[in-house]
Amino acid sequence: MAFLARRLSFYIVALWAALTVNFFVPRLMPGNAVEAIMSKFPGLTPATEKALQAMLGVDHPGSLWHQYVTYLSDVAHFNFGTDVSEYPAKVSTIIGQTIPWTLTLVGTATVIAFLIGTALGIMAGWRHGGTLDRVLPGLMFLQALPYFFLALILVDLLALHLHVFPTGSGYGQTDVPGWNTAFIGSAIYHSILPAFTIVITSVAGWMLQMRNVMITTIGEDYVLAAQAKGLKNRRVVFTYAARNALLPQLQGFGLALGFVVSGAIVMEIVFSYPGIGLLLVNAVTSSDFPMMQAIFLVITVTVLLANLIVDLIIIFVDPRVRTREATG
Amino acid sequence: MTGFVGVQLGQASVDAGALAEGRQRLGRWRRLPAKAKGGAILLGLFTLAAIIGPFVTPYDPSYQNPNPALSLHPPDAAHLLGTTNSGQDVLSQLLVGIRLTMELALVVGVVATVLSVIVGVAAATLGGLWDEFLSLVSNVFLVIPALPLLVVLLGYLPEHGQTPMILVLSALGWPWGAKVIRAQTLAIRNRDFVSAARETGEGTWRIVAFEIIPNEVSLIAANFVNTVLYAIATSVALAFIGLADLSSWSLGTMLYWAESQQALTLGAWWWFIPPGLAVALIGTALVLVNTGIDELVNPRLKDAASASRIAGHRLRPTDPTPVLAGFAPRRAPVAAFLHSFSRSSLVEAGPNGGARVRADGRYPNGGQ
Amino acid sequence: MTDATGSAVREPVLTISDFSVAYRTPGGDVRAVDKVNLTLHAGEVIGLAGESGAGKSTLGYGACRLLRAPAIITGGSVKYQGRRLSQPVDITQLTPDQLQQLRWREIAMVFQSAMNALNPVLNVQDQIVDVIRVHLGLSRKAAAEKAAGLLDLVSIPRSRLRSYPHELSGGMRQRIMIAMALATDPEIVIMDEPTTALDVVVQRDILAQIVELKETLGFSIIFITHDISLLLELADRIAVMYAGKLIEVGTAAEMQHEPAHPYTKGLLNSFPSLHGPRRELAGIPGSPPDLNNPPPGCAFLPRCGYGTEACTRIDMSLAPVSTSADPSHLTACPFVQPGTPLPARGRGLGIVGADGAADPADAVELAGQPPARTAGIPGDAPLAHALAPDAATALAAADGTGPGQEEPER
Repeated sequence: MAFLARRLSFYIVALWAALTVNFFVPRLMPGNAVEAIMSKFPGLTPATEKALQAMLGVDHPGSLWHQYVTYLSDVAHFNFGTDVSEYPAKVSTIIGQTIPWTLTLVGTATVIAFLIGTALGIMAGWRHGGTLDRVLPGLMFLQALPYFFLALILVDLLALHLHVFPTGSGYGQTDVPGWNTAFIGSAIYHSILPAFTIVITSVAGWMLQMRNVMITTIGEDYVLAAQAKGLKNRRVVFTYAARNALLPQLQGFGLALGFVVSGAIVMEIVFSYPGIGLLLVNAVTSSDFPMMQAIFLVITVTVLLANLIVDLIIIFVDPRVRTREATG
Repeated sequence: MTGFVGVQLGQASVDAGALAEGRQRLGRWRRLPAKAKGGAILLGLFTLAAIIGPFVTPYDPSYQNPNPALSLHPPDAAHLLGTTNSGQDVLSQLLVGIRLTMELALVVGVVATVLSVIVGVAAATLGGLWDEFLSLVSNVFLVIPALPLLVVLLGYLPEHGQTPMILVLSALGWPWGAKVIRAQTLAIRNRDFVSAARETGEGTWRIVAFEIIPNEVSLIAANFVNTVLYAIATSVALAFIGLADLSSWSLGTMLYWAESQQALTLGAWWWFIPPGLAVALIGTALVLVNTGIDELVNPRLKDAASASRIAGHRLRPTDPTPVLAGFAPRRAPVAAFLHSFSRSSLVEAGPNGGARVRADGRYPNGGQ
Repeated sequence: MTDATGSAVREPVLTISDFSVAYRTPGGDVRAVDKVNLTLHAGEVIGLAGESGAGKSTLGYGACRLLRAPAIITGGSVKYQGRRLSQPVDITQLTPDQLQQLRWREIAMVFQSAMNALNPVLNVQDQIVDVIRVHLGLSRKAAAEKAAGLLDLVSIPRSRLRSYPHELSGGMRQRIMIAMALATDPEIVIMDEPTTALDVVVQRDILAQIVELKETLGFSIIFITHDISLLLELADRIAVMYAGKLIEVGTAAEMQHEPAHPYTKGLLNSFPSLHGPRRELAGIPGSPPDLNNPPPGCAFLPRCGYGTEACTRIDMSLAPVSTSADPSHLTACPFVQPGTPLPARGRGLGIVGADGAADPADAVELAGQPPARTAGIPGDAPLAHALAPDAATALAAADGTGPGQEEPER
């Protein structure tokens, strides 16, 4: 399991780096962060102030190393402290409530976009110079649109003017959250437009990438050999060309996840979608530092986990990696 | 990907002749795909706007017109793109915004590209532990999601300005380029001409500076374009969240104000569409230019693009070699005309046959 | 049926007539293969020799229409007359579906680099079964059994069926390529430099294996290589290509002992022999011409030690060697015979100026110099044209050959 072990240790290093950034950045910033918070939220108790001081390292009681270790152990216990703006709720609770929304929406939409984009890319790469290629500049334009901009336009058109979709939020005002069909139906209805936005803006990227990889793969000798063997076109395209082109495409997917998340965050603002992105932005506006730190960590961990899943898929698909696995 | 050098050589053999130089320049521009040319032109337009924009604003973008009738006013003769909710002229803001955004993106592009070249080349040249370390750092930066990290970096600041934005964007903008350049440098290191230089005793860093980097110019150019693209997109996103200098008029802050003042619900499309569209168009222009560089550098993309059409038929890779006996090639008229001046077109055979290539590019009768 | 030399003539299986392939570039057509005529007989090994860019691979792939854009076939026909078919088919006239059925079943290929020619994500069995099932329609089980049998044929352990290409050594991969090529019992196998990427010891083994298989199974081979020494041992007949044209065709014995064309002579002089006295390796200075603008007359003229002004007027068609008893020994050079001695060294007529354009003025000036000065001018630019007629005559006169002097009659 050498490959997997290496990837895992890499992710652990990345996580450690994120944690360390989280720890040091507030301590490096000018100004007194705690005072800023206290002035914004007069309702906080002195106990909270002490906790904040400890967390952000202002007027710190212990040594830097001591604080660091405490911090790390806190995180390991999912103890992110008490939230500031939604006092006295705990940060972890709030995050726990919001993250399923983002995961379902962004996760599903991204996978759909990846599948559609890759399929289109295979076709575009195979029929190079064909109709799909002519659509390319248009697709590039779509890809260059800021996620949220397209969201704005779609909301304007479809929600405000045409009233086809709701203008925002995760579910209707009158719906009661819970595992009932009315609620779930409403939730799905509300997620169509945001999902659609994600798919539209990211499909072009996947398609372009797959197309380029396909074109390069088609130039390989084994595709020519497959033709020389008199195999049916379908087999040449899929088993010989596309299956090999899929590998760099998957690796690209892992790397692009960070960007997917970034786009989704901002898009949630436009739709007032009750996900973790909206939570982050609100935390920034209200200088809710504990929340900011926690959200950053949660997002990072999610992305790392997703990368791990992609690695597992790659192991499954690429025999060369499997051999490296077995032989170490 | 030393296709750049390869392309030069390939063209040299096709354009031999006294007028080779001039035709080469003409040919190289013409040979770029349409999309790249379109992108370059679009980019040029925006650059022009960025340079002269702030000098031609009809109004001061920050001037808040107290006249309530002019608040959120749709476009008319006086305000070509309408006004914001505090009576500010959208067009003026846009012109200033284009420059601010492009300036920022350019600076970030330069800084990050320089960093990625340094790190990439260093990692590939130094090798060993240094390479491992630098690669690890790059990979960590790449796997951690960018926007949340940027939010964390900027979110603690009491006030947000251009400088912190430039700093953090550059700090996160170099890893991708560094990886790509490292890979390319590793590939070039093993090529013969580098070994030859080493044999003649050239110092390592001289080799890097004079042999390796010149061969990566197109790669670095593509990387630069990508970084600028990333800088624009990310700075706009950050501004939209509210982490930029909200008193300045960049395209991102315009969008922030438009969103926070409910321009969308109030139907003031002229406020948020122009900045968003500007961002999209600049982005598209950059992507198109990059595609052009891509096709120039990656011979397979280039060949596939031009080669898949023969005699008006589009060919798929699985199509068998077409049989087009008797089909004369069409040399572009300008090229044929210029070619007729070159000496090679003057070579004629004697009376007993032999191949003849005429200036109009057609095969002689029965000479196929 | 026997021919003039008394050996049995086997029936033809592939007749390439007047075959031309060009690459269509923005600057015009590059004629990579120019009016080639070649016939392959059952059970025969034809070697296709020549330097890089001579058109050998283009000819081999083009005959199966495997070349990708921008290649086009500009003329000629490729008639396949395999023993399995009731009547000959012209490959240039087949539809894609018919071509698909013909490929591999009748004409198989062995590629140069097996690492690149084998699909990295499929194991050996899958790749061989692929081709068995599509052409022979066997069940999965039967196909797998047949694949195992093929591995036996090339002496590879059956356990390797489940291996992936990257887990095998170079020699093994090449043998698997060969096994795969023979999977459907083809009539013809085209081998494109199959041993070039291997080390010499493995090369020997593979070649021996190929010969053995050919004897057992009875297929014909078109063996493409730049290494003519290989062909002297392996091939029945050898065809030498230069700048897209065949310049000499003959049996291996004829090529080795009585090469007729100056280029062939040059090729044979380019590698050392293990026996015999040491001699200087001559090599052939210069490089092939630009196929975009082929020079008039003989394409080899700029690099030819025998060239004269008359060479600019020939059309490089093949004709029997006049001093040979075998009418099938063909050469493209009407002036030089197997026994013709090489004139004074370095008498090349190729002169190039900067930018690759020949300037008659230079030639006239040089014509006034003694021959030593023009010795061994290499053609270092892609374009090396013949001289304008008067300059060439002047130079020829200075050297002692040319009109009015003794010239071997064609």
